[in-house]
Order: sequence, then structure tokens, then C-alpha cells
Amino acid sequence: MNSTTSDILLLAVVSFGILIMLTVLGEILRARQPVHEPNPVLDTYMTRTQSWWGMVAFIGVALLLGKPGIMTLFAFASFAALREFLTMTTKAKADHLSLALAFFVVLPLQYVFVGFGWTGLFTVFIPVYAFLLLPMVSALRGNPSRFLIRVAETQWALMIAVFCLSHVPALMSLEIVDYGDRTVLLIAFLVMVVQFGDLLDFFFGRRIGRRKIAPGLSPKTWEGMICGVLSAMIIGAMLNWITPFGLIGAALMAGVASLVGMFGNIVIAAIKRDRGVKDWSHLIPGQGGFVDQMDSVIFAAPIFYQLTKYFYT
Amino acid sequence: MLLPVPGRAGHFSFANGRPLAKVDHMKFLRQFAARIVGQSIRIFARAITAVRADWKGIEPVPRQRVFYSNHTSNADMPMIWSVLPPAMRRTVRPVAAADYWLKNKLRAFVGPEVFNCVLVDRRPEVKDKPMDKIIAALDEGSSLIIFPEGNRNMTDDPLLPFKAGLYNMGVARPDVDLVPTWVANLTEIMPKGEIIPLPLICTVTFGEPIHVREGESKDDFLRRAADALLAQRPEPRPHE
Repeated sequence: MNSTTSDILLLAVVSFGILIMLTVLGEILRARQPVHEPNPVLDTYMTRTQSWWGMVAFIGVALLLGKPGIMTLFAFASFAALREFLTMTTKAKADHLSLALAFFVVLPLQYVFVGFGWTGLFTVFIPVYAFLLLPMVSALRGNPSRFLIRVAETQWALMIAVFCLSHVPALMSLEIVDYGDRTVLLIAFLVMVVQFGDLLDFFFGRRIGRRKIAPGLSPKTWEGMICGVLSAMIIGAMLNWITPFGLIGAALMAGVASLVGMFGNIVIAAIKRDRGVKDWSHLIPGQGGFVDQMDSVIFAAPIFYQLTKYFYT
Repeated sequence: MLLPVPGRAGHFSFANGRPLAKVDHMKFLRQFAARIVGQSIRIFARAITAVRADWKGIEPVPRQRVFYSNHTSNADMPMIWSVLPPAMRRTVRPVAAADYWLKNKLRAFVGPEVFNCVLVDRRPEVKDKPMDKIIAALDEGSSLIIFPEGNRNMTDDPLLPFKAGLYNMGVARPDVDLVPTWVANLTEIMPKGEIIPLPLICTVTFGEPIHVREGESKDDFLRRAADALLAQRPEPRPHE
């Protein structure tokens, strides 16, 4: 067993330890709760914890399987996210072929390019090639009604669900001096700081949150966000031993990722408000769909990737 | 299981003298195949469209009901069938056109044996009246899936005018719940004339059951039934 594998196992053990604590805490609260009094907050919390068990197990196994495992997991996550997104967007019959291309050609190719580490290709494939070519396919079908809205929303779906999300596994293709094959740990670092930052933002927002950041759009508060980002920085600093960033660097990277993720969550909330939906789908019990669950990670991933590439390679 | 032994005339028969019913074996195999095909259809529907049920007006419990639904695609019925929990799926029988489901051997297997369809012949010259078969199925205790528009809706209107069948069964068996069941997004998943289905999310929404009211005319009831079905269309319907 090399040091990367043992580090992944250690992280998995720690994560399961935290999940056991969260689960026990929930069960204690539930035991104190009178049976006939409904408590939606507690129920939400419990279903969330249950889903996190599944997520930790999935990501843990994928990390241990290495590149093929990670690629498969995130390709499927992208597929599910794209499906949720495109179910909501404006489309016409004329877009059928370009949407089919988005699902069955653009998405797999993006993950092939990421898998082979062809940086020059996967960073421009969707923003340049898909962006220019898919509207041509739609235009050839000759339906101009709401054309710009249709192609813009399709492109947004591809950017969010495929381009951004694929930057999580793309972290593995970074060549960092004296870090070697440990880039897989950057995935664990990114997902953990962003998710824990969100959890603590939720917790502190409920406890001490007063001033809403975007009233009428998202329940997020400045107090919750500041506490969440600070917590993410502390967790990032504690995890600095799995990163090439050093103590201060790890805290700053975690802070930036968490902050971008939280504002990304507000962007997704705006889209949901516009479309009149609460959750994107039902695929993860208690948490809506993949987009709901991954929104912070989706926004954080490309920025985290670019900063790491700029400063550490 | 009894052991087959050679019997008279060279045919196999069971040890107790009963002729080995080759049909029995066939029947078992066919039922087994039907189960496997049914499960495959369900898994395929889930994988492609992530089809999900929204139990807005009823609980997913086995109880005799008539699910009446909009009809835009041949996939409507398999979608509704796929989201029903196993106990409900076992007792539900889609009402479907005999000319479609008996066209070839594969359909004749899938329609009557996998979906357990009540096949009705819509040609006026046929003696076997569709409503008799439907009432017979209800009297057996089966639930039904029906498409009161009669044909697939190829227009831009959300619903075609309903045929009288729904009213007639509501009058004949007034205790049975008539459940409005809206199947959403199928036209976008597979528009007419396209070959590749898009893997968008399909939602099947079950509304509150309705019944024919005392003294309600056929037209009033059918209008109320159509409105109840339209009310199940899920949000969002952007820019409509």
C-alpha cells in the first residue's frame, strides 16, 4: 500500500467517524423529540446525513480505484446533472439533434479528453467547439422561435453540468513538482472543504444568521457565510498534509473554493426561482438532485483548478 | 415437481397418469420471460428518463383505481406502469388497442403477457364491446390504465376531447376511484419522427381521484375530468 492509498483510507475513516457522530447526534435529538410532534428540520438533517453516507462511500471507492473510478463516477454525475438541467430549459423540436449530441457526444468526449489529460483540448472543447457547433445544428432545422434563449440555455447546461464538473477529475492531470500521483487527494480536499463549509454555513446561518445576502432568493446569510468560509479555511489548514499548498496556502485555497461555491449556490438558487422549482430532481433522497448537491463544488472546481495550475505547477 | 415418464402413444405424461402438459411448461416459461421483460422495461425506463412518480393526490397503495392519462407517445403506458410499486403493478391492467398489440408475435407477447393488457377492439362491427371487457376487468378487481383521448395527441393542444368511455365506467362502477394521471416531458424525450431518445426526466403525476356526481351529465363530467387532469401538469412550464 503506497502513501496515497493509505492517506485516502485515513480520510475515509475520519469521514466515516464524522458521519457516525452526525448520525448519533441526529438519533439523540430524535429520541428527545416527542413522537407525535413533526420536526421537518430534523428530518431534513437525517435524510441529508444518510445521503452523505452514500456519497462518502461512492467517492471513497472511486478514489481507491484511481483514475478509471473517478472518471466513471464524475461522468455519471455530469450525465445526471445535465439531465436535470436540460429537463428545465427552453427547447424546441428543432433542438433534438443538438441536445442528443450534447448528451451522447459532447459529454463523453469531454471526459475522454480529461481522462487522457489533454489540457489544451478539454479547457476549450465546450466553451469553443460545442459553443459554436451546436447552435449550427439547431439552426439547420430552421425554427427561429426563441432561438437565442434555446441555444444559450443549452450552452449553460453544458458549462455547468459537464465543463465545470469535469474540472474535479481534471485535478488529477495536474503535474505538480514533488507531489507525483497524489493529485487524486486534491479531489478529496476540494470536495471536503466545500461540503463542510456548506454544512457549517447551514448550521451557523440557522443559529446566528440575521442579514440575508440575497433576500427573496436564498436563505443564505452573511453571518452564516463568513462562519462557513472560516470553518472551511480551518478544515483546509488541517488537511494541508494531503496538499502541495502548505499550511497558509491550504487555508487560502479552501477559503476561495468555499466562497466561490457559496455564491455559486446563490446563482443556482436564482435559476431555480426563475423556473419555479425547489429541487432539481429526486435522485439523491432528501437533497433533490445532483445539481442541488453539487452546485458549490461545480462552481468551485474550475477556479480551484486554475489557481492550483497557476500557482503550483 | 412430478417426474415425466413415457406414456401411451410415446407422449410424456406425469407419473399420476395426467398427460404432461407441454403447455404448462410453456406457460411457466412464458410467465418467467414476461417477468424478465417487464423488469427490463422498467430498468430501461428508469435509466433513460429517470422516470419518477409524484403522488400528489393519492397514496401509492394497492386499491382499485382507474388511472386515466394524457396520451402523446407509445411510451406513456410503460412509463405509468414503471413507476407503480410492485403490489400495484401486479393488479393494474392497461386498456389498449387490440389492432396495435396483436400486430406481430413480439407485441402479442408484450401487450397481453408482460403488461397484462385488456385488449379492446375499436372497430364498430365487432361484437365484443370494449366496455363489456373493461367492466369485466373491473369486476375481477383489477385496476386500469386508460387513455380517454382515444388516440395519441399529435396536436399542440395539451388534451384532445375525451371519449365517453371514462364516463361510462364511472357510471357503471361508481365506487372505483378515477385518478387523473399526467405524464410529462415525453414529447420532448422522443418527438415524433426522431430516432434517438433524449434522457430527460419524465414525471408521472397522480392527482386526487374523481367520481361521477349524481345527475352529472356526460359532457359536464368529461370536462371536469379533463380539467382535473390538466391541473396535474407539473411546474415549471417556462414561458407558456
